[in-house]
Amino acid sequence: MARCDATVIRFDNVTKTYAKQPRPALQDVSLEVEKGEFVFLVGSSGSGKSTFLRLVLKEERPSTGNIFVAGKDLGRLSNWKVPALRRQMGTVFQDFRLLPNKTVRENVAFALEVIGKPTSTIRKVVPEVLDLVGLAGKEDRMPGELSGGEQQRVAIARAFVNRPMILIADEPTGNLDPQNSVGIMKLLDRINRTGTTIIMATHDQAIVDQMRKRVIELEQGHLVRDQSRGVYGYQH
Amino acid sequence: MRAQFVLKEIGIGLRRNLTMTIAVVVSVALSLTLFGAALLVSKQADSMKDYWYDRVEVSIFLCNKTDPKKDGCVNGEVSNADREAISADLKKMPEVDQVFFENKQDAFAHFKEQNKDSPLGDSLTPDQLPESFRVKLKDPTKFDVISSAFAGRAGVQSVQDQKKLLKPFFDLLTSARMAAYGIMFFMLLVAILLIINTARVSAFSRRRETGIMRLVGASNFYIQGPFILESAVAGLVGALVATGLLSAGYYFGIKRGLADSIQLLKSQLIGFDAVISVLPWLFLLGIGMSAIASFFTLRKYLKV
Repeated sequence: MARCDATVIRFDNVTKTYAKQPRPALQDVSLEVEKGEFVFLVGSSGSGKSTFLRLVLKEERPSTGNIFVAGKDLGRLSNWKVPALRRQMGTVFQDFRLLPNKTVRENVAFALEVIGKPTSTIRKVVPEVLDLVGLAGKEDRMPGELSGGEQQRVAIARAFVNRPMILIADEPTGNLDPQNSVGIMKLLDRINRTGTTIIMATHDQAIVDQMRKRVIELEQGHLVRDQSRGVYGYQH
Repeated sequence: MRAQFVLKEIGIGLRRNLTMTIAVVVSVALSLTLFGAALLVSKQADSMKDYWYDRVEVSIFLCNKTDPKKDGCVNGEVSNADREAISADLKKMPEVDQVFFENKQDAFAHFKEQNKDSPLGDSLTPDQLPESFRVKLKDPTKFDVISSAFAGRAGVQSVQDQKKLLKPFFDLLTSARMAAYGIMFFMLLVAILLIINTARVSAFSRRRETGIMRLVGASNFYIQGPFILESAVAGLVGALVATGLLSAGYYFGIKRGLADSIQLLKSQLIGFDAVISVLPWLFLLGIGMSAIASFFTLRKYLKV
């Protein structure tokens, strides 16, 4: 049981082939991610990174193989239980995905409102998480008034406000300058230290080389490298 | 579910698609009005049938000496023995409720009364009118039993069912109802297609919100609820408009139109309670149809 608890994500020989696509997007991938790990997912465009993340979120189902997330076999998880699974995961994207007509505070509160959290809880935890991501004092700004780095902090606050077990970040620094990127990475590192598992797909070589965390590399759907304390690519 | 959140979302959604919402409300209102009208017409027909079938009789006219000598009348005027046999047989039949005998004097008096303003009655003598049995049936539709038993029998000139005289009128009511149902069917189709489209546009214009809702683990109930309630509210407004139209139609068409101008009909016309009794069906259909149509549309567009 203890072993089960430690593994938050497990892929067993997972292959994913999309309809009308000759080549599988992901082919025979097996791996485990332990609780509290920080994992970089690297590879060129079309290598299967996004498919990997979509499978973890159960937005897609594998063609063959089994996936376990947070102790649950996704293949046996009925549709109506998917929302409960997603409440244990937070997601951050390259394009932030904030609601432009809501303030910073409302954007973060929205994530709690729609899962039915009571107002009293929302009033308490939203300022806490905004303080954590370094946006205290900007609660009433609209996303359009913020810099890219600040908008991504709002998105991270929204992903983290429900204290998820896993945080999935799909190129979170893709739209940011190096300075803002470093700020975001520091924030993700801080969140990782609270025990949250982080899986981050990225193209940013400097960040991967600097952080020295576990690196999983995909190439044309195959898992070609799984290295703890790795760098972005082999030096040639 | 947090009511405040949902109400806010419904308000935003309905305002954002105002023109589509109006189209849905109008088409729902029209189809429900036709549905209500069809129900009222059949209630009206029932009420008139109750009234008239209670009063209609089967008349068995007996042979008069002026009748042509054929069929039941080959022996000329009906004999006393035949008359008594017919009377006795009628009273034995289980379908028969009551039997009245109308002699020549009674028939003459009735005729005079019905035609008192016309010179027609002056030239007539009681002798020229036939005697008849007026039969009230327990079930007014059982005319055929009487007809087959007495038509062509010795002394019987003809058997006449007064219900036949009312048939064209009830046929007219039936076709009016069918026409209302037919138009209603097409209006309902239009309404459903509009609801489906509105739900789709609504889901599309809020795909950013729903995308985030899915990612943070909102349940289907939360994601689809506002959209379904939005349609239901449009259906509710449509039903309210239909209620207004039906009430106005009742007031001007039946109450002011028919009842006041034709005194004879007054007691047979349906009351406003009939209008009230069809209203629950309008609301059920209006709200239910809208909610179900949008539910099935959204299942396709808001998958987990």
